[in-house]
Amino acid sequence: MTRAVFSALLSHWLRNPVQLFTLLAGLALGTALWSGVQAINSEARASYDAAASTLGEGNFTQVAARDSGVIAQQTYIALRRAGWNVSPVIEGRLGAVRIIGIDPVTAPRGMGPLKLGEGADIGVFISGTGQIFARADTLAQLPKGEAQSVVAPDIAPNTAIGDIGLVQRLLNRHGEIDRLIVANNQPLNRRSLADIAPQLVESPAPDGNDVARLTDSFHLNLTAFGLLSFAVGLFIVHGAIGLAFEQRRIMVRTLRALGAPLGRLIELMVVELAILALIAGALGVALGYLIAAALLPDVAATLRGLYGADVSGQLSLRPVWWLSGLAIAFGGTAIAAVGALWSLGAMPLLASAQPRAWAMVRQGYTNIALALGLLVIAGALAQWGQGLIAGFAMLGALLIGGALALPPFLRLVLRLGEAQARSPVAQWFWADTRQQLPGLSLALMALLLAMAANVGVSTMVSSFRLTFTGFLDQRLASELYVRATNADQANAIVGLAAKKADAILPLLSIERPVAGQPAAILGARDHKTYRDNWKFLQAVPGVWDALARGEGVLVNEQLFRRARLGLGDLVTLTPDTSLPVLGIFGDYGNPLGQVVLAENLFVRLFPDVKALRFGLRIAPDQVDDLREALHSQAGVPRDAMIDQASIKAISLEIFERTFTVTTALNILTLAVAGFAILMSLLTLSVMRLPQIAPVWALGLTRRKLATLDMLRTVVLAALTGALALPLGLALAFALLAVVNVEAFGWRLPMYLFPFDYLRLGALALLAAVLAAAWPAWLLSQMPPARLLGVFRHER
Amino acid sequence: MLLMLRNVTKTYSGADTAVLQNVSFDMDAGEMLALTGESGSGKSTLLHLAGGLDTADSGVVALDGVDLTPLPDAGRAALRRGTVGVIFQQFNLVPSLNVAANISLQARLASRHDPAREQSLAQRLGLDAHLHKYPEQLSGGQQQRVAIARTLAPRPKLVLADEPTGNLDETTADTVLDLLCELVGETGAGLVLVTHSERLAKRMGRRLHLRHGQLS
Repeated sequence: MTRAVFSALLSHWLRNPVQLFTLLAGLALGTALWSGVQAINSEARASYDAAASTLGEGNFTQVAARDSGVIAQQTYIALRRAGWNVSPVIEGRLGAVRIIGIDPVTAPRGMGPLKLGEGADIGVFISGTGQIFARADTLAQLPKGEAQSVVAPDIAPNTAIGDIGLVQRLLNRHGEIDRLIVANNQPLNRRSLADIAPQLVESPAPDGNDVARLTDSFHLNLTAFGLLSFAVGLFIVHGAIGLAFEQRRIMVRTLRALGAPLGRLIELMVVELAILALIAGALGVALGYLIAAALLPDVAATLRGLYGADVSGQLSLRPVWWLSGLAIAFGGTAIAAVGALWSLGAMPLLASAQPRAWAMVRQGYTNIALALGLLVIAGALAQWGQGLIAGFAMLGALLIGGALALPPFLRLVLRLGEAQARSPVAQWFWADTRQQLPGLSLALMALLLAMAANVGVSTMVSSFRLTFTGFLDQRLASELYVRATNADQANAIVGLAAKKADAILPLLSIERPVAGQPAAILGARDHKTYRDNWKFLQAVPGVWDALARGEGVLVNEQLFRRARLGLGDLVTLTPDTSLPVLGIFGDYGNPLGQVVLAENLFVRLFPDVKALRFGLRIAPDQVDDLREALHSQAGVPRDAMIDQASIKAISLEIFERTFTVTTALNILTLAVAGFAILMSLLTLSVMRLPQIAPVWALGLTRRKLATLDMLRTVVLAALTGALALPLGLALAFALLAVVNVEAFGWRLPMYLFPFDYLRLGALALLAAVLAAAWPAWLLSQMPPARLLGVFRHER
Repeated sequence: MLLMLRNVTKTYSGADTAVLQNVSFDMDAGEMLALTGESGSGKSTLLHLAGGLDTADSGVVALDGVDLTPLPDAGRAALRRGTVGVIFQQFNLVPSLNVAANISLQARLASRHDPAREQSLAQRLGLDAHLHKYPEQLSGGQQQRVAIARTLAPRPKLVLADEPTGNLDETTADTVLDLLCELVGETGAGLVLVTHSERLAKRMGRRLHLRHGQLS
């Protein structure tokens, strides 16, 4: 019996391959969008993990110079002799490669490359020849013959590790150390750091990896997009499974009438769906891999440029990723099928088994109430919700509420159209469109979500770009930025710049907790560069004059939000110095709090801190000359000088790459939604023959009917677009003003881009027209005998 | 006794009056019985109760000695596939299966798949040239003949036919009914034929008439 029932169930798919294709493609595309985005995320995260675990430094307290300069070899030896169990680290760049030197003999257990596997030889590592550990592609970028190369795939991309002596030699920094790693086990009777080396400062193990924290912003946005894409896919699968089950009601009733038990039928349908989910999930994961492989190089470049995080441009198949892709396919199928199976299970044996397009979506007040309820919840969460989970819950409620509101909205508009119609064909058109609505609702909901996601994400990214480039104009007003490696070089830079530059703006900086938050305190010179370019989110009147007089400080938005500060609130800088907040400035992309005070006040409060970074104002056409002079006369490395133009160029390039990724995902999502409409129309075209045939018999030509079908799809897509715009803008607001604030502490201003929305609307209409074209063409070419068959079957 | 109904009553939810009231009758194997009555008199309901497709509110419906009333859905399903064959007015063929697969479907469900018998039935019902066609490619008469073949293939003890010729013209209806009676007669099964047609009812050995849910 099982075999007979199963073969009957499967015969439906063989007889209706388009429907099978719809189901598999819908599920596969939904899974592909989700797993593609997740693949990019997991690959990037794995790269950070590799970076973080390359040395495992994040687990240890570190000692560094107060002035951010180098530590002399003698200081290190003095500390060791005083009982300090510390290990030296030097770091620099050889071309594009970050090279790190460590001392394997003194390194705390669990740190360094000696655990990296085959090829590690402590003798060779510390010997004259030395060993360098890195990925194969990184090793290829290093000079040949300097040391024995050992391939270590676990090391972060573009990173190499060697013995400190070797790295000092390679970097031409003999006897220099950048920082000391403090082992967890230390003798109790050692002398204090201040006694031995007062110029050094101890910083505890950080709570988390800064790079990972920064890149979370990008990943959060991608994850949000992945969720949106999956929601689009889910609606498609829901529609495909719903239609497939509706069409099999006759078969199910017949099989039950012939003696197949309901329980067995449902069991077999679950097995059948599981097989389909497995096939579609595997296809989706493969497609997702292709999407990720195509987009990953751009994402890697974006992350590298935006946050300095190295991400390999190559994708690897991680079990967690493809298993989660399959799980999503099964989960999506289960969510989509549970309602359909429940409905079949509850169907009385003797009930009418005709496919009921009208039953595809529950109509009436329940849906309206659910939509309104969800939208109210979204509003409440936006107003009073706290935390990232509340932010995502708000996003979910907003999107599902918006999607559920679509059918009632369309019904209302169609009723209005019907009421206005005068000619019989127009009346039939509006009435027939309303009748088609339930069968098309899920595909239209998918289109709504795809368009809303497009509007939301592109608004967010464009707003981010506008804000960030504007922010760069404010914050990088100087034409050239120079970083000195020590105080002597700093003096040389000032001496040289004094002759050539229009103004020298030293950037004093010290990291210190402020208002209980990790923060950097900056000292800025009173200069028109700041007065002319900086813009405040909030400020007291005469903010710059008050700041110059040392009457207060400026804080960035992150600190303002995290420490719940307001204008006039006192900020404690040292135990005996507290100053009021004079202004709050936007500081996008920075995870830390920032406090800016006048240069003279900074020098008074932190006399030991010397300026090692400078902004130099100079005519743009003289930047290259000054750069060359600083390099040749003051010995400033070329990579320690950054000019404003190149930073802006890099930033814009990064945004272009970000746009490439989001645009590709946007177009994919829209294409998937267009595909859902096509498949729904194809399925419905069979189900609605009984409605078409009488109108054809009454005198409307097939061509006219096909034209009206095209028009119907365009009208529905346009109405969907009309609702997608406010929903997308609400989504952008949620991402910029709620999720971003919850995740990173800063709020991005929202800008509107009407031309982009018009272009998107045109694209969506084009997708709808393309989707409707084939079914309409099939209708225009339909043999009259097929239409007559409707009357024959009705006998 | 093949079929026994005792004081069977059935009321549909939302209806004011019972569609069947205290209906009782017996039927032996090999007997052919016509069930007539006006529209809404309860003919189809009676047929559905007899075939285990629905359950009575009260009374006893026993098929081949088994009381259907207390049986769960799975038990009634087992009886439907093994003992009863139902021919519906709307044919109820599986649209995605071809004629051959439709004919063998109930026999396979009942684990009585017999290709030779199915072939023979198809031949006698004039379907052997259409075995690879799908229901939508057949005329109404052909579809009804497929439904008859499907019902008779597992050799049921009781055949219930709900206006099987209601959708057919008179000539085709006569041909189909002749074949049905002939084939049922060969298996020794009982046949209950629901019909509006006096002409067809007269061809059955016994006749029951329903009026307002009661036998008259």
